[in-house]
Amino acid sequence: MPFIPHTDDDVRGMLAAIGIPGIDSLFDEIPAELRARALDGIPLAASEMQIGRLMSERAARDGKRLNFIGAGAYEHHVPSAVWAIVTRGEYYSAYTPYQAEASQGTLQLLYEYQSMMTSLTGMDASNASLYDGATAVAEACLMAVRAHRRSKSQRILLPAALHPRYRDTVRAVAGNQKLAFELLPYDASGGQTTLASLEQYRGQDVTALVIQQPNFFGTLEDVDALTDRAHEMGMLVIAVVNPTSLAILKPPGEWGAKGVDIVCGEGQPLGVPLSSGGPYFGFMTTRMEHVRQMPGRIVGRTVDLDDKPGFTLTLQAREQHIRRSKATSNICTNQGLLVTAATIYMSLLGPKGLSQVAATCLERSGQLVDALTRVPGVRLAFGGPRFHEALLLLDRPVRGVLEALAARGVVGGLDVTADYPSLGHGLLVCATETRTPEDVETYRSALADVMKNAAAA
Amino acid sequence: MREKLIFEHSARGRSAEAQYPLEAARASVPEALRRRTAPRLPEVSELQAVRHFTRLSQLNFSIDTHFYPLGSCTMKYNPRACNQYAMLPEFLGRHPLAPDSTGQGILQCLHELQEMLKEVTGMRGVSLTPMAGAQGEFAGVAMIRAYHDARNDRARNEIIVPDAAHGTNPATATMCGCTVKEIPSLPNGDIDLGALEAAVGPQTAGIMLTNPSTLGVFERRIHEVARIVHEAGGLLYYDGANLNAILGKVRPGDMGFDVIHMNLHKTFSTPHGGGGPGSGAVGVGERLLPFMPVPVVGREGDRYRWFDERDLPQSIGRLSAFMGNTGVLLRAYIYMRMLGREGMHRVSEFATLNANYLMARLTDAGFELAYPERRAGHEFIVTLRREAREYGTTAMDFAKRLLDYGFHAPTTYFPLLVPECLLIEPTETESKQELDAFVDAMVAIREEARTDPAKLKGAPYTLPVRRLDDVRAAKQLDLAWKSA
Repeated sequence: MPFIPHTDDDVRGMLAAIGIPGIDSLFDEIPAELRARALDGIPLAASEMQIGRLMSERAARDGKRLNFIGAGAYEHHVPSAVWAIVTRGEYYSAYTPYQAEASQGTLQLLYEYQSMMTSLTGMDASNASLYDGATAVAEACLMAVRAHRRSKSQRILLPAALHPRYRDTVRAVAGNQKLAFELLPYDASGGQTTLASLEQYRGQDVTALVIQQPNFFGTLEDVDALTDRAHEMGMLVIAVVNPTSLAILKPPGEWGAKGVDIVCGEGQPLGVPLSSGGPYFGFMTTRMEHVRQMPGRIVGRTVDLDDKPGFTLTLQAREQHIRRSKATSNICTNQGLLVTAATIYMSLLGPKGLSQVAATCLERSGQLVDALTRVPGVRLAFGGPRFHEALLLLDRPVRGVLEALAARGVVGGLDVTADYPSLGHGLLVCATETRTPEDVETYRSALADVMKNAAAA
Repeated sequence: MREKLIFEHSARGRSAEAQYPLEAARASVPEALRRRTAPRLPEVSELQAVRHFTRLSQLNFSIDTHFYPLGSCTMKYNPRACNQYAMLPEFLGRHPLAPDSTGQGILQCLHELQEMLKEVTGMRGVSLTPMAGAQGEFAGVAMIRAYHDARNDRARNEIIVPDAAHGTNPATATMCGCTVKEIPSLPNGDIDLGALEAAVGPQTAGIMLTNPSTLGVFERRIHEVARIVHEAGGLLYYDGANLNAILGKVRPGDMGFDVIHMNLHKTFSTPHGGGGPGSGAVGVGERLLPFMPVPVVGREGDRYRWFDERDLPQSIGRLSAFMGNTGVLLRAYIYMRMLGREGMHRVSEFATLNANYLMARLTDAGFELAYPERRAGHEFIVTLRREAREYGTTAMDFAKRLLDYGFHAPTTYFPLLVPECLLIEPTETESKQELDAFVDAMVAIREEARTDPAKLKGAPYTLPVRRLDDVRAAKQLDLAWKSA
């Protein structure tokens, strides 16, 4: 029996100790009419060798392609040491550190993670993770409603340049609690959220403004002006940031005169592979004055009976297992193992490595944009400053171009036409430090080929 | 053993230079948007980092190193094959938004997982997107609300939960904009049907139940419960936290549930990872099919693709930026394929055998059960109220002392209605020998409690730290390292 250690002797002895004739008696409290029939829809058991072969065949069928999509999930080099350590059984097969004395490894690592994230974002306190970037924004909106006691409106401003799937998730997760979301437009030439769009809310009760930096188009927002204007108008400010970019971009804690109130985002760029969509992790940091409104696990340093330092989960009175229906969130299991990866990643990269990664991303994506916009029928949508992504506009439908590129081994970016129809045929492209100048040239020549063929057709 | 903070290993100018590009890239960021002071990340060599995080790992208890009978958490062995084959480079390197045509292999795995979960739960549709049990609960209650709303039955905003429910149930109801009504359990652990009859009405959106309940016993009159709630116009939500107890034996769909979530990190043995990632896949009956969270994997002929809002216009929407914890789903898929049709019911049989054996041994040894007249499911509750009264030792003292004996403690003080309780879940992957050793430890600790209760109060002694000051942790908040 796979993974079940019992011998026949064991079973006989155990049944005798319980005082029943067979295992079936253990289920005698379940009404007979409820007993399940045979599960014919499930295949027969496969050995590890068989399943290994099956999975390898399916993986080979999907193959590997040169990737130029970002859009919230970024391909970075992950040091070999990261996942070699993350998959140690002591991290991989432990649970939430409820028994602190038996979980000091995980707890100290989380404390180190919190320390790194507060410094990276320029804030005071971090939680131990949320599910992903999108749900982190949803939780940040709910947190802002709790934290902003003078605001009663539960109105939140979301930029149209915020990741469209984040906007969807925020609505799905927070919409049931009667939060109202309103869209802020972006400037058609620069691709940035306009300061002027905030003016129509002057004198009104608005709970919070969300700012994504860089925004969905890869464009850098004028974060200082937006933060100051929102604060002046009585709103809290929620920053949604790419952690890699913070090695070279101003941390949200320093935006404007006072800095933002809540920072959140997708942690995947920090040592987590693309993995076909997950698991990733969401991060969140805030100012000390709002820490009791923050959702999720938080680790604190304290002392033991011998007055020696140690780590434990703290401020648990916020959480569902204590506060039940009055909790800050229903979150319980979060994304601990991914935070383990991120902490090891940030330790291996250090301040210099992370800033080299960020700068190389910026340079390479600049080269990509230069190369692709030389192809006839391709132009850059916005002129504003960027990080490592850019929106291109094609002279024809994007979908067919992407399929033709995929057939040539290039995953050429994300078709955003359905999300931004007014822009035309929008193609969002990204290059990180993992793309070489040769990769950029491969993409350019494939795209030139595809555009020429399609034109001929 | 203690380990310094990573920051205390740090020295300015040191770095793991093999890990980042060395080219002199020009970062053309406008001056006003540029970072002025470097973030305080550690500056360590690769070996220093590897040694530090390896040492930290050695301070943890885990399934791979210790018996971990944490009730309600199903800490069973996580087969290594699941990790190895979920981490094939093609799966890891694939961008979630790459065209479906480039991911037919992985989509087929996920589609087959949906089908297997439907079969084993008796539901009509499955969405894999929820990223943990609590998010599965959220999806379930949001679907119940969407169902009532679609019928213009908008007054239904009350969710009923038994008093023994996991804390995420009431917290979820609140997140979905519902109010919570708690109903009591009978002394034998069953739901008080009279109280349920009195609680339901035109305001009832639904009820959230675990079966077997968090009290470790099977709700025998589940058909009655379903009838009462359905007749009142509400729907039934199954919290799959305890699915391990009935896998292959009873299907929630056959019990009358309209929606369930499954904790793949419990029943289907994906790792708990020190607090996630989990997966809270949801299954629905006929009535809730149109409302499932997107995306779900659809099959058209021999091709697979993601179905989104265009295919399911009444969907409750998206619960993540992409498609949930895909890597966790692959691990669950591999696990289910390795167990196969013939292995599903063995899970519940041996999980239940282990729980009832351990319960019988502890009873023989003189420990008091919370529900002595009931069969245990895959877990059971011991109450240490007599030991508390006679020796002044608490359940927490027993838990901490168990750590010294090399066992992770069971869940303590949950469910809330049983005083001084330990909720014990051994799982099917533990041997009789391990269970016997646990009984020996419990007996030895009780003897210590009788002769030297102070010894328990001071436990643990052999771990990296002794008992920690939680009050100080919450009052003098130290949440991040600051350089001296």
